[in-house]
Amino acid sequence: MSSSNLISHSTTTDNKLVYMANQIGTFFKSQDMDTASARIAEHIVKFWDPRMRRAIVAYLDAGGAGLDPAARQAVESLRPRL
Amino acid sequence: MSFVHEIDYGTPKSKSEKTVTLTVDGKQVTAPEGTSIMRAAMEAGIEIPKLCATDMLEAFGSCRLCLVEIEGRNGTPASCTTPVAPGIVVHTKTERIELIRKGVMELYASDYSLASLDRSTKESKYAALLDIAEAVGLKEVRYGFDGARHPNAGIDASNPYFVYDPAKCIVCSRCVRACEEVQGTFALTISGRGFDSIVSAGMNEPFLESECVSCGACVQACPTGSLIEKSVLAAQTTEKPADRSLVTTCAYCGVGCSFKAEMRGDEVVRMVPYKDGKANRGHSCVKGRFAWGYANHKERILKPMVRETISEPWREVSWEEAITRVASEFKRIQKTYGRESIGGITSSRCTDEETFLVQKLVRAGFGVNNVDTCARVCHSPTGYGLANTFGTSAGTQDFDSVEHADVVILIGANPTDAHPVFASRLKRRLRQGAKLIVIDPRAIDLVRTPHVEAAYHLPLLPGTNVAMLTALAHVIVTEGLVNEQFVRERCEWDAFKHWAEFAADRKNSPEAVAKITGVPAEHIRQAARLYATGGNGAIYYGLGVTEHSQGSTAVIAIANLAMATGNIGRPGVGVNPLRGQNNVQGSCDMGSFPHELSGYRHISTDSVRHMFEIDWGVELDKEPGLRIPNMLDAAVDGTFKGIYIQGEDILQSDPDTKHVAAGLAAMECVVVQDLFLNETANYAHVFLPGSTFLEKNGTFINAERRIQLVRKVMEPKNGYEDWQITCMISNAMGYPMHYSHPSEIMDEIARLTPTFAGVSFKLLEEVGSVQWPCNERAPLGTPVMHIGQFVRGKGRFLITEYVATDERTGPRFPLLLTTGRILSQYNVGAQTRRTQNTIWHEEDRLEIHPHDAEERGVRDGDWVKLASRSGETTLRARITERVAPGVVYTTFHHPNTQANVVTTDFSDWATNCPEYKVTAVQVSPSNGPSQWQEEYESLTRRSRRIVPAGAAE
Ligand code: SF4
Ligand code: SF4
Ligand code: FES
Repeated sequence: MSSSNLISHSTTTDNKLVYMANQIGTFFKSQDMDTASARIAEHIVKFWDPRMRRAIVAYLDAGGAGLDPAARQAVESLRPRL
Repeated sequence: MSFVHEIDYGTPKSKSEKTVTLTVDGKQVTAPEGTSIMRAAMEAGIEIPKLCATDMLEAFGSCRLCLVEIEGRNGTPASCTTPVAPGIVVHTKTERIELIRKGVMELYASDYSLASLDRSTKESKYAALLDIAEAVGLKEVRYGFDGARHPNAGIDASNPYFVYDPAKCIVCSRCVRACEEVQGTFALTISGRGFDSIVSAGMNEPFLESECVSCGACVQACPTGSLIEKSVLAAQTTEKPADRSLVTTCAYCGVGCSFKAEMRGDEVVRMVPYKDGKANRGHSCVKGRFAWGYANHKERILKPMVRETISEPWREVSWEEAITRVASEFKRIQKTYGRESIGGITSSRCTDEETFLVQKLVRAGFGVNNVDTCARVCHSPTGYGLANTFGTSAGTQDFDSVEHADVVILIGANPTDAHPVFASRLKRRLRQGAKLIVIDPRAIDLVRTPHVEAAYHLPLLPGTNVAMLTALAHVIVTEGLVNEQFVRERCEWDAFKHWAEFAADRKNSPEAVAKITGVPAEHIRQAARLYATGGNGAIYYGLGVTEHSQGSTAVIAIANLAMATGNIGRPGVGVNPLRGQNNVQGSCDMGSFPHELSGYRHISTDSVRHMFEIDWGVELDKEPGLRIPNMLDAAVDGTFKGIYIQGEDILQSDPDTKHVAAGLAAMECVVVQDLFLNETANYAHVFLPGSTFLEKNGTFINAERRIQLVRKVMEPKNGYEDWQITCMISNAMGYPMHYSHPSEIMDEIARLTPTFAGVSFKLLEEVGSVQWPCNERAPLGTPVMHIGQFVRGKGRFLITEYVATDERTGPRFPLLLTTGRILSQYNVGAQTRRTQNTIWHEEDRLEIHPHDAEERGVRDGDWVKLASRSGETTLRARITERVAPGVVYTTFHHPNTQANVVTTDFSDWATNCPEYKVTAVQVSPSNGPSQWQEEYESLTRRSRRIVPAGAAE
């Protein structure tokens, strides 16, 4: 199926996505540090619509300020799954 | 026309399994031990006259009308208070008995305000007492009708829905006992003695000023019409009050009370709670029984309307024009901005069938998964938390289960206001001796109410549930209270060990947590011990658990507690979310969430998606769509442009009103389908008038997973049932939908959803209701889940690390605001505000502790400004010690209050369920509405202008 390629770069939305990714990270880090980034990625793939995933990857490409290390690693791993 | 007849057996059913055989009027009768002779006889078709007895209440034995003779026993015992015994021979119609009965009845009749025994006058025509007089064969009253009567203070018509006429009262105490036993409010007493005795509410107050909560149980119990609905009195002016009745389901809260709707023509005469309703067992609250008048409210919109921009007045148009507009706009938007630029919201107020169709329209018709439901803002964390621990996303018990509970933990829920009939059932169990632990920032009614007192109230600070629940776990783990056998057999042992180690950590001890929650450690310890050792432990919770940034974590923490103590998988225990709206369970079950299809199956699972693709004849997107808050973000960003909203008012119910408004304002086509021009409609371009639950067929699913029929009792005043409107949109969009009855939609749901495989309208007609899963393995449904094994196989413990919310108090915003609801109003109040229920709640008030009020120079009733970092609003203060110092509380039933202007956009980490229950605020004296409130008022006024069809343009 085709999909629109509009990607938003509104800072408020970006900030929200970073906040959400870190928040998800906090839970999975507390379960088990070793599996945290894989499970964050899994959670994001399961619940975020593609435009949100594209936006956070684009944000990472632009520096990814504010992303916690586990969340950053998770976002990194999203790239092939866009 | 047909009536649903209910038999009154006179006394409640006995729970005994042993049976006894006796003879009544020559007939062999078998009944469970403990059954009254009256009930046993009635079950065999032999009716014994009665006045003070009814099967909703324990036998009382005061009227002496139900006398019988038993061979070999002396005297004439009352059949309602005499239990069956093996081999006894009972006579109900001897000459001696009939004489006594006539005498008794004659006294009652002379005492009752009637001119004669004949039926000719208007007031005697329907006099219930005369039915009984006729039944006992009373032909004349020797004492005349003008004898001394009871003291009569005059008719009390203070309650908006019913009257009490002392002249018709025979002081049988049925109302008093109904208020105690069924409702548990204890508002009525018999004052005075003997001939002077009389029923009175409270301390001889009018009903409205007493403790009465207007549930109507007393009205239902009254055998003489002394207490009677005003709507019935009004209908008695003509031939017959009602000409037919049908059983249907309440459309207010998640209890899902079953009602008999008594109708005359297209008008409701009254709603009577249905005794066979398994959720409510013949009881109800003020909303379901009385607050149905909104269906005829003058503000209800009955014609479709459109407008080009939201600053223009509405223009009434034909259905055809409105539907064509919706379809052409949505198609244009998709062409311009891409397929993913539109979506829809399903309604927790509509039926399962309607909800299923809206998500089908979005997925199959729009070709996207941008569908969500208002459950997002209430119980989505329940879904996540229970799915990851137990394997399915629903409460584990039926409501009957509470009758077997020994210890109840109630956390973040206020059932006497939000789930009243469940509260009555809980109170009854507590009066029988079960213990209650309340975990809530506020002293809710159940902490102390007549004949009920919580063993512990842990008044924690808002936002600290996870710390509290983990501290309870700490006590259970470290004091050796874990049910190890259960955990070993039923749960993943490694995950348990990992969790137990975490729970045992000192930082989770009550002593450490006391500093976070503000609750003394010793109380936490005692409460934990009580739950773990007090017998059957059941946890009931509400939005005070889910609407937090750690909402999902708190649900997991609750599941952990139940697993660790083995309180799962049998009656009397379990984890029970109290769902807010009538069909919030159903809307979740029906695949309203963007990432999953009906029955909680992820959209990316190929086998599941293919099944739908084959049935629906289209390819489906395998990626999850946008959730409500994400839709609004995307709208502000310009990638989301059109939305179809069925029966939800996101502008009023969702947090951070300004953000919602900005999102809606950024869209090019907002379609709202509802009964009234709701707040969201201020931003709409098309308004499609919806239908009420009285005007449609379908099903609702209550908080116990119970699927119940909603029956159409009148034609839709707007012309169509809601599902028909969705079909019209879909057809106009080019995706055909043809159903002739909602039962066909249910057949489709059953075909595509394993947990619903056995459900059909036919089955529901036959058995009344079923609880899903209902399939080959459980053909009549599943009252208690996870018996023997969890849905996911083994139960899974997860770590629940407490993380303080980022919404913190500080010098600018030193108080914590939490929100809730009250009995007489419902959610955003669109229905209840349009009924006489407003008499109990004219406005939302801010509850504030005397200490905080004094510090700010605020007096009771003063206007105050309530400000957070999101925005500010004004409302009036109520000074009370129900809230702790540092905490303030308000309801959100009135749009003018705009409480959600103040709430923030923080949300649950897993589900984005908004953090309604914690906002840092400041309160200061004020002299009037805020600027936002004023601007909003004027917007609302402008957007409610309507130009009727045919008027000059
Ligand atoms: S309406 Fe309900 S609460 Fe009020 S007096 Fe009657 S039974 Fe009691
Ligand atoms: S609002 Fe809830 S408790 Fe009240 S009658 Fe309706 S379903 Fe029952
Ligand atoms: S019905 Fe048995 S004493 Fe009243």
